[in-house]
Amino acid sequence: MIEIHNIHKSFGGKKVLDGISGVFESGKVNLLLGSSGTGKSVLLKCIVGLIKPDLGSVTFDGTYFTNNKLDIRQEIRRKIGMLFQGSALFDSMTVEENVEFPLKMLTDMSKKERQERVDFCLKRVGLEGSNKKMPAEISGGMKKRVGIARAIAPNCTYLFCDEPNSGLDPLTSIKIDMLIKEITEEYNITTIIVTHDMNSVIEIGDKIFFLYEGKKLWEGTKDDIMETDIPELNEFIFANRLMRDAKKLEDEEHREEEKERLAEEGRQS
Amino acid sequence: MLQHFGKYILFMSTLFVRGESPRIIFNRTIDEAILIGINSIFIVAIVSTFIGAVTCVQVSYNLTSALIPRSTIGFMVREMTILELAPTITSIVLAGKVGSNIAGGLGTMQITEQVDALEVMGINSASYLVLPKVLAALLVFPMLVILSMFLSIAGGYIAGTLSGEITAQEYISGIREDFIPYNITFALIKSVVFAYLISTISSFRGYYTSGGALEVGAASTTAVTNSVIAVLIADFICAQLLL
Repeated sequence: MIEIHNIHKSFGGKKVLDGISGVFESGKVNLLLGSSGTGKSVLLKCIVGLIKPDLGSVTFDGTYFTNNKLDIRQEIRRKIGMLFQGSALFDSMTVEENVEFPLKMLTDMSKKERQERVDFCLKRVGLEGSNKKMPAEISGGMKKRVGIARAIAPNCTYLFCDEPNSGLDPLTSIKIDMLIKEITEEYNITTIIVTHDMNSVIEIGDKIFFLYEGKKLWEGTKDDIMETDIPELNEFIFANRLMRDAKKLEDEEHREEEKERLAEEGRQS
Repeated sequence: MLQHFGKYILFMSTLFVRGESPRIIFNRTIDEAILIGINSIFIVAIVSTFIGAVTCVQVSYNLTSALIPRSTIGFMVREMTILELAPTITSIVLAGKVGSNIAGGLGTMQITEQVDALEVMGINSASYLVLPKVLAALLVFPMLVILSMFLSIAGGYIAGTLSGEITAQEYISGIREDFIPYNITFALIKSVVFAYLISTISSFRGYYTSGGALEVGAASTTAVTNSVIAVLIADFICAQLLL
């Protein structure tokens, strides 16, 4: 479980995060939702420690992270896996070497143990047989999968994903989303995903935090999000025509049901 | 300017804080040494041979007095090569080749979040990426300078004897005349200083790149110009202090 409390961050006088608090539960996919430029990625980077917040704290399973001693922060960081927007695979290494890298750097595993773990992780993300390929030789979706394999290789406790389906086609996006969901549940990982994709919300969002102009405007489950009356959130959700049509259809169905119910009541009376 | 210098000093200090294990740094240093060294041999060889050849021909052209022995050509090629041309010109060539490579590589890693990926894993990215490059440069530059000295003197020999400006005997007699071994030490000290400046300035410029491909190109250019200026200033300071 990750807790954040009153996170503030400004860049050159411009407030990007304005007192964000929240609890991200383990074994669940937590989504940071919002339009571009609302501070989602900055919040994610504040949580993992890539950006130091001006104010506020982050706690990983009860251990204070922000401003704690370097070795404690290092210890926590070694439990973190992160999937970057552009995958951030090391160009000079093969797929296999990329996945092996954190094992080599962070564990005392023997070469044989590392190879077994690499093969297992690549198989888990559906990339068996791609071991010797270079990042430049694989597709965007495959790069994301390698990124996930690299993140989970050292048995991470916390998984952070920065827009995991950006630049991917809808089908591959759903596959990546489902893979993250499965891994989260399988290994009881605390997963935080930055996204502005409503498909991800519907498919995998266990808990959603909606950010707007650096503030957390709403939090809840994917079932609650369609019923909310917050204008900014509704504007975001129904910006997509497909979502508007779906909502219209749902409202019509709802009206029909209401009509039928009233007619039924009338007949009974 | 001062702000950049302060940032550079702080950057240097991060190389040694929470560094990776000596085994990892050693292996990475060897890899970097191969990249810097092997890939630079060809350009260093070409530049050095021709510099020696041109020096020989030009000294011969200027040596018009019959009172000065022809062996002086060999002597002057040796002195110019060892004291100045081999360490300084080689370093300037390497500032262009190795410096832009280091800055471009690190800049690309920075903008594609590969540096962030290392940090998230709990790895000191500056130490892991930059320290081996600096150590490799310190190791390889003196070797390249020694190679450059040899080839430059050989280039002078080939040019002088083939063009008939000097006989082989005169040239060899000249390069053996009044040899001061300390000059070699001086050249090697300079090469180490230049190696440090080029590798750290280029790494600093690359590591702090932000933006996109355009900024990576700009960082490479800045790295080369800054390194060359630093080499020339250091060259003067070394000459003042050590000679």
